[in-house]
Amino acid sequence: MYEQPRLLPAGDGALVVEFGNEITPEINARVRSLTAALEAESLAGVVELVPTYRSILVHFDPLIMAPEVLETRLLKVIDGLAELKLPEPEVTMVPVCYGGEFGPDLDYVCEHTGLSTEEVIKLHTGTDYLIYMLGFTPGFSYLGGMDERLATPRLKTPRTHIPAGSTGIAGKQTGIYPIVSPGGWQLIGRTPLKLYDPFRDPPVLLKAGNYVRFLAISEDKYREIAAQISDGTYQIQQKPLSEGGAAK
Amino acid sequence: MTAVLEVVMPGLLTTVQDRGRHGYQAFGMPVAGAVDEYALRIANILVGNPEGAAALEMTLLGPQLKVLAPTKLALTGADLGAEINGQEFPRWQTVAVATGDEITFKAATSGCRGYLAVAGGIDVPEVMGSRSTYLRGKIGGLDGRALKVGDHINANSAAAKKNIQTGAQLAPELMPRYEGPITLRVILGPQDDHFTPTGQEIFLSSKYQVTTDADRMGCRLEGATIEHAAGADIISDGIPLGAVQVPGHGLPIIMLADRQTTGGYPKIATVASVDLSHIAQAKPGDEISFEAISRSEAIQLLKEREAALNEWAKSLPEASGRIWHFSIGINGQTFTAQVEEVQ
Repeated sequence: MYEQPRLLPAGDGALVVEFGNEITPEINARVRSLTAALEAESLAGVVELVPTYRSILVHFDPLIMAPEVLETRLLKVIDGLAELKLPEPEVTMVPVCYGGEFGPDLDYVCEHTGLSTEEVIKLHTGTDYLIYMLGFTPGFSYLGGMDERLATPRLKTPRTHIPAGSTGIAGKQTGIYPIVSPGGWQLIGRTPLKLYDPFRDPPVLLKAGNYVRFLAISEDKYREIAAQISDGTYQIQQKPLSEGGAAK
Repeated sequence: MTAVLEVVMPGLLTTVQDRGRHGYQAFGMPVAGAVDEYALRIANILVGNPEGAAALEMTLLGPQLKVLAPTKLALTGADLGAEINGQEFPRWQTVAVATGDEITFKAATSGCRGYLAVAGGIDVPEVMGSRSTYLRGKIGGLDGRALKVGDHINANSAAAKKNIQTGAQLAPELMPRYEGPITLRVILGPQDDHFTPTGQEIFLSSKYQVTTDADRMGCRLEGATIEHAAGADIISDGIPLGAVQVPGHGLPIIMLADRQTTGGYPKIATVASVDLSHIAQAKPGDEISFEAISRSEAIQLLKEREAALNEWAKSLPEASGRIWHFSIGINGQTFTAQVEEVQ
């Protein structure tokens, strides 16, 4: 973490507030604190915030606010961050049906890591993953905290069509595809949850700063939840992080 | 709400766009919206709409449209060889059309993207606060897709804020020029320090060409490679509109309306707001060079342009609101005509 955050110009309508140059929960917590403070404070001229791993892109209207004035005000808000208490993170339970047609690369991941199917599922469901940021495509969350024993390189030839909800591994990362996309992740399972639905409020299910926990479900359970989601009766399970750690 | 246009031929890529879907980038939702916001705003002003009303964005090869109800239109941006019933469709001015008029386009002779605004604005449902089509996300516009044959374009012409007099034109000093080499003024950063001094010098002194790999997401250039100081990876961060991103191959990509919200390549510079419309109108093969200016210069240029645009918009003549429609039968054929009372 830098001693003083760096302010970098990003054109005439945006600037970057950068807290450090590594991916750590501490730096990311600073990003979230400043985001929360700016959302509460609503500085004149600030139009949109894009928080990421270690920085925030602050979009402003230069016809309303001179960037030099905005920078001074931002530094003042940053100075006051120590007193700000972040809300307790929530853990969102993401049910995943592992293997079979939903996880065509599960066998490859076992082969590469030398672990059994049960061990892969146990390790993958055994952690609360911090949502560092969202980006790339609507609702895609960058998760931190995967057990390194699960690390598997990407496919040599990416797939052209990956169904929404597919859950996979790429190197040391794990993630869920929110929309149908091409991609090279090793697919180990699929969730029936809709991470992104433009006609739902909110359109995106997961939030930066919260956590994700994967729960292994059967194919029957997958279809049951999918049906409940389509008729609007499914209740997404969320609880505060302090109320129990990862499923052991 | 009335169907005002019917799509006879959709053109290469014609979509409904407004000023974009703001407020959801933190969730990974790209902004989308008109690539050339300046041309979109002028088209809307010319038909009396709010500047951010939804209009058609047409790319290189325009569509063929049939007018279903009398209304006012304005065509701005690229010269796509537009005609109404075989006569030139004048760009950058308010034009009245009648039922049965046929609007056709040839290929682009200058610029890349044309904008067609309809009095009242194109009426499609808002998705996450915007009518913009975001093709990859399949949302906005007409069912999240480009126009196709048989589509009807609806507008509520009575909802236009003002009834601008037919023949009203853009002030000549506000008229963009799309011919010749393009110099884009840029503000260095946020990651200019990720490039060697030689790399930065090459970026500012070389001539680049727009490749065929240019779309609503980004405009990829070819030319001299820009040297990174220590690798081409950064920890993914937010990408502003007009960011000049330089991946490992050392060639710049200018990020446009449909850009992904975050990315892991360093951004050597960001295009000044006043010059975004120039890159929006660049075609494959066009020559691009970059000139560094300070952030305060860029803001000053923007303030001057906005003041001139507002002044012009205020000066536009309004019609009295009285329009007569005639239907005349000659030799068994029906012709429609409209007469507008001016003040």
